[in-house]
Amino acid sequence: MTASAFTVIDDGRAVETTVEQGLSRVADAERAGRPVAVDRGAGAAYLGVAAAERARQLASLEAPDFTLPDLDGRLHTLSSLRGRKVFLVAYASW
Amino acid sequence: MVTVALDRSADDARPWIEAARPTHPSLIDVRHVVADLYNMVNVPTVVWIDEAGRIVRPNDVAFGSDTFRHITGIEAARHQGLLREWVRGAAPARPSGAGASPTPPTAEHQQARACFALGQWLSERGLLDAATRQFVRAGELAPHDFTIRRGTMPIRGIDPMGPDFRAMLTDWVGAGHRYYQPLED
Repeated sequence: MTASAFTVIDDGRAVETTVEQGLSRVADAERAGRPVAVDRGAGAAYLGVAAAERARQLASLEAPDFTLPDLDGRLHTLSSLRGRKVFLVAYASW
Repeated sequence: MVTVALDRSADDARPWIEAARPTHPSLIDVRHVVADLYNMVNVPTVVWIDEAGRIVRPNDVAFGSDTFRHITGIEAARHQGLLREWVRGAAPARPSGAGASPTPPTAEHQQARACFALGQWLSERGLLDAATRQFVRAGELAPHDFTIRRGTMPIRGIDPMGPDFRAMLTDWVGAGHRYYQPLED
């Protein structure tokens, strides 16, 4: 690992770059109204989704699509259940 | 029915899923993708989605039984009755008041989610102090989001059922907030 390594996590995907390029991407994201979390010591930044984007999606009333694994690692996509009523339940062990 | 576990690993969710022996998809959401997409702030949260993929009843709090009714004040039969009618073909029960439409997140809340996500990335690399700083910051930005404030306790080695949570809850309720906000019908 080089001292100049910087990781930018964007849309869940992590990309290794230089500190200069990483901070440039951070600045771009902020200008675009996206929330950004940065830890310079760790050389990492997470580029999140803007509230306006989430608001737009939710106002449309279209259920946001997602793909997640089950315990066997098999992927399931919400939109594949079109044609059926879906009762979505989020829970946790905590 | 589709269940989504907002847990830090499949292992945390596994005992619950195996005990339920479900015939429906039981999914693992380590990154809290669904909490972010649907602006969920606690569990359990339920959403009704129709055959066309539209949200017909937004985020609500509903329990499968009255096991915790004496703590939550929420009766299971209320929501179960509405759900049963919808499944049998009635129009979906549309709530009144502030919860009638999906609630959009604030900019601060999205910032909290970015801090939470960075915290997860840091914790996965063993940088627990740095991760904790992000989790604490996230909790300050979104004090009503218990998927973050309580959901990060396991990663931080804090018992989410223990005294730290009880103190958090006491402070929250003492300040006049509700821990659960079921929809009004």
